[in-house]
Amino acid sequence: MPDPFDPENPTHTRLPDTHALDYAGNQGMAVEQDQLLETRPEKREEARSLWQDAWRDLRRRPIFLVSAVLIVLLVIIAIFPGLFTDADPRHADLVNNYLKKPNWTDFFGAGWFGYDGQGRSIYARVLYGARASITVGICVTLAVAITGGLAGMVAGYFGGWVDALISRLVDIFFGIPLLLGALVILNAFTHRTVWSVVFALAFLGWTQIARVMRGAVLTVKQADYVTAARALGAGTRRIMFRHILPNAVAPVIVVATIALGGYIAAEATLSYLGIGLQDPTISWGIDISSAQNVIRTAPYALFFPAAALSITVLAFIMLGDAVRDALDPKLR
Amino acid sequence: MTTDGATALGAAQPEEAAFAQPVSCGEPILQVRDLVKHFPLTRGVLFKRQVGAVKAVDGVSFDLVKGETLGIVGESGCGKSTLAKVLMNLEPATAGSVKYKGEEISGLRGSALKAVRRNIQMVFQDPYTSLNPRMTVGDIIGEPYEIHPEVAPKGQRKTAVQDLLDVVGLNPEYINRYPHQFSGGQRQRIGIARGLALKPEVIICDEPVSALDVSVQAQVINLLEQLQGEFDLSYMFIAHDLSIVRHISDRVGVMYLGKMVELGSDAEIYDHATHPYTQALLSAVPVPDPTARERRDRIVLTGDVPSPANPPSGCRFRTRCWKAQDRCAVEEPLLARPAWLTGLAVHDSACHFAAEREIELSAAEREIELSAAEREIGPRAAEREVGPSTPEREIGPSTAERQENEGGETGTPQ
Amino acid sequence: MTTIVGMPLLDVRDLHVEFVTRDGVAKAVNGVNYRVSAGETLAVLGESGSGKSVTAQAIMGILDMPPARIPKGQILFKGEDMLTMGKDARRKIRGQKIAMIFQDALSSLNPVLSVGYQLGEMFRAHRGASHKDAKAKAVELMDRVRIPAAAQRVNDYPHQFSGGMRQRIMIAMALALEPDLIIADEPTTALDVTVQAQVMDLLAELQAEYHMGLILITHDLGVVADVADKIAVMYAGQIVETAPVHDLYAAPAHPYTRGLLDSIPRLDQKGQELFAIKGLPPNLLRIPPGCPFNPRCPRAQDICRRTDPPLTQVVADDGEPVLGRASACHFWKETLRDD
Repeated sequence: MPDPFDPENPTHTRLPDTHALDYAGNQGMAVEQDQLLETRPEKREEARSLWQDAWRDLRRRPIFLVSAVLIVLLVIIAIFPGLFTDADPRHADLVNNYLKKPNWTDFFGAGWFGYDGQGRSIYARVLYGARASITVGICVTLAVAITGGLAGMVAGYFGGWVDALISRLVDIFFGIPLLLGALVILNAFTHRTVWSVVFALAFLGWTQIARVMRGAVLTVKQADYVTAARALGAGTRRIMFRHILPNAVAPVIVVATIALGGYIAAEATLSYLGIGLQDPTISWGIDISSAQNVIRTAPYALFFPAAALSITVLAFIMLGDAVRDALDPKLR
Repeated sequence: MTTDGATALGAAQPEEAAFAQPVSCGEPILQVRDLVKHFPLTRGVLFKRQVGAVKAVDGVSFDLVKGETLGIVGESGCGKSTLAKVLMNLEPATAGSVKYKGEEISGLRGSALKAVRRNIQMVFQDPYTSLNPRMTVGDIIGEPYEIHPEVAPKGQRKTAVQDLLDVVGLNPEYINRYPHQFSGGQRQRIGIARGLALKPEVIICDEPVSALDVSVQAQVINLLEQLQGEFDLSYMFIAHDLSIVRHISDRVGVMYLGKMVELGSDAEIYDHATHPYTQALLSAVPVPDPTARERRDRIVLTGDVPSPANPPSGCRFRTRCWKAQDRCAVEEPLLARPAWLTGLAVHDSACHFAAEREIELSAAEREIELSAAEREIGPRAAEREVGPSTPEREIGPSTAERQENEGGETGTPQ
Repeated sequence: MTTIVGMPLLDVRDLHVEFVTRDGVAKAVNGVNYRVSAGETLAVLGESGSGKSVTAQAIMGILDMPPARIPKGQILFKGEDMLTMGKDARRKIRGQKIAMIFQDALSSLNPVLSVGYQLGEMFRAHRGASHKDAKAKAVELMDRVRIPAAAQRVNDYPHQFSGGMRQRIMIAMALALEPDLIIADEPTTALDVTVQAQVMDLLAELQAEYHMGLILITHDLGVVADVADKIAVMYAGQIVETAPVHDLYAAPAHPYTRGLLDSIPRLDQKGQELFAIKGLPPNLLRIPPGCPFNPRCPRAQDICRRTDPPLTQVVADDGEPVLGRASACHFWKETLRDD
């Protein structure tokens, strides 16, 4: 007996003229006397929210699995770099290790990726450099999602002069190139830490999220279920946080995930230019910058931090792509 | 202004009294007077100035009587959905009054409005967009109780929601599912359950079945009728499908371009329509019976509905009306009972030349009509009085003429 | 009216269409047979998911494959199987010999090109007409579908026309190359009642004038009654009943058709409770075994749950087969007699 409510077989498709696929099945109807009762399935169906559906969908995507494994690994490295190496990334032994070539057989050893121009273990520095990148990426994204999300929601929901004000502000910020703006802001800091970089990027980056959020809120605001909630007498807070936010947040999640990779790249760029993080903070950007002078003699000093940066950025962009596909409302 | 069914029925012939429903003899639960809703058209980005207005609803008056179903029909753009939104206070009225049990409710705000909302609820057209996809069915139907906690104490809410699911014919165990796990018909039941939660007295149904498949439509209509009896509800039933409105309504109002053009009991409107627009609308409804296709005398209207931003002067229907005279362009006909008519033709109609349609029947056709009448399905049974001031005009133009007329975009025909 | 002289224009034989989805194979069309002759109107009636539109899209060759696939069946146009012929030959038939009219005229027209340009394009692309000739032809076509002041409006854009007028333009476009067959998929569903009548009349008239075949796909029993010659009722990807239009309405031979007819409120009858078909249309991923309608059928017996009834010729009481009537119900005799 096929079970029409089999949770393993959600009935979403994108077919023309087959809306009936959305319909639950009709087994067991033959015994149902009351014609008002459309279906009484014999087995119980699991409740599946759209989030659960998206998660189920996500889990099946190879791109998601690859990026998720990479990101989990990167986060673990960022938190506990000591788990993967005993070497001290700041220990400089110029005499013995100046631009020493990689020792490919020394797995996970200090000399695995070779040594840089100051005789420091490149392997250790790549591992320790993850912390700054991941911290900047995640913190900027969180800050941007909260401020931009709020601004976009307020603008989209209230409209009128509030919207006009916020939208003009967004336009002004949007006109400032991220890197140029960050350069100017960071120049004002004499002592630059991870947090000053986070501040600079978040200060300039919130507009992107605000735009996306405003657009999503404007669409969701038109939905009949919002009207229905108003007709029931629901207040502004309930409508915003129960009805609009959960339905408008999906595109924001997608954009934020993809942007996260961009912020990591931006941090590296700033550090490379010497205006981002400073020694003794370990950053891929700084390492790339110092390795460029020795690129002919020791390309590995440039290659490993650059590869780590690329893989990290790519992982987040891939994650964003997979999330977008899973949340695509057209599939629902 | 309002239809007083008692007098209309008193004038009715005995055999037509059989049609008579308990029409508007109770007290009005909702009184709508001269309701106006204009949407301003503005130009300019920073300094907006009004350059006109879309007159979506332009002076509509009617009563909704306790326990009755008032059908509102009209084509798209006639303002029927805007009317629903204004009655629900979802859009502020530009002018006019709406009284619920004698108390003015238009323009209410805050807690007073919230209190009124308990009594007037709405069922929406599209079951796919009217339920929040991120909430469970239990949360959707239970939300009214969260907003109005006085209706059901916290401990009883789950039971109340399950009872409602049972009432609308859904399995109470579905409480934890999400809307997308249901079909269109089932979702509409969920929407109805939400509307019932606060035990309202009035439910405004805005095209509640037009998004559903034919076989499911009937289920939902039957449910609505059953609930009306069970909970003593008054319905305002807005639809473009005249057959469904006739099926469910006690009284029917016909709207055209923001105005109510005709209002009466269902027999008065469907069998004794006196406004040319109603007549055209009725004649255009496809009847699922091919034998009717030869004998139906269809009025094919010319042109399109004018823009509600710039409606014609005088009578708004005159640009498409075959009866139009100079007077129609100058003087706006009011919704009133034409004094020159008799029988069931006496009901509110906004036409200077209100008259029932004459249908020329050949002998053979008359026979069909008669046999149909015997089976009690006779549509426009053979009554044909001539309204005294009816201009002598051919009502059903011949096919050839119709084709010539067709496509006349605007402008008075002939 | 329905006599078939020689070869039918279009002959669909045992057509199957499936969609491959994440959740399995959805059987949208399961063995559909129908024929249309020149000058004939076939109405294909069904609810959403019945496969009526998918069949039409398969005929037009506008199905996205994948996810769709046609595992079985033939679509013979003037005797030639369109499913096996070459791509070029097929493209020649599509648009020139078979044209389609869609429900949503606004989204079928390009919003940034004038109506006249879009109409004229048909002549430029297929007939190699010059710009000037094409425009003249466009005006002529707009005249023919009775768009007032065609010469002035030929340069207008789609959004400047009302819904009814846009549907007329779609009809003009379909007519442009004088096709042999027009497939109209819910052509009036999006229109108001009063405009619906105008458009249906126009379509019927032009069909008679050009002696075309017309396949009218609709869910509206009322629209069908007015213009069709014969009707095919579809359910769950199968044709459950075919009949000349008068016979079908007078006495349906399939419980589903009967249920549909009983469940629509009628303008000329004020009944009490509406008859409602219980249950829901089946999930195409899991069509019930036996007759697909059996879970909703008031007449269902054990045999209905076991064997899927084939479409069988309906025979009158005097033993004569009724022309063009067939029903896919084990109990068609009883259903017919139920009247």
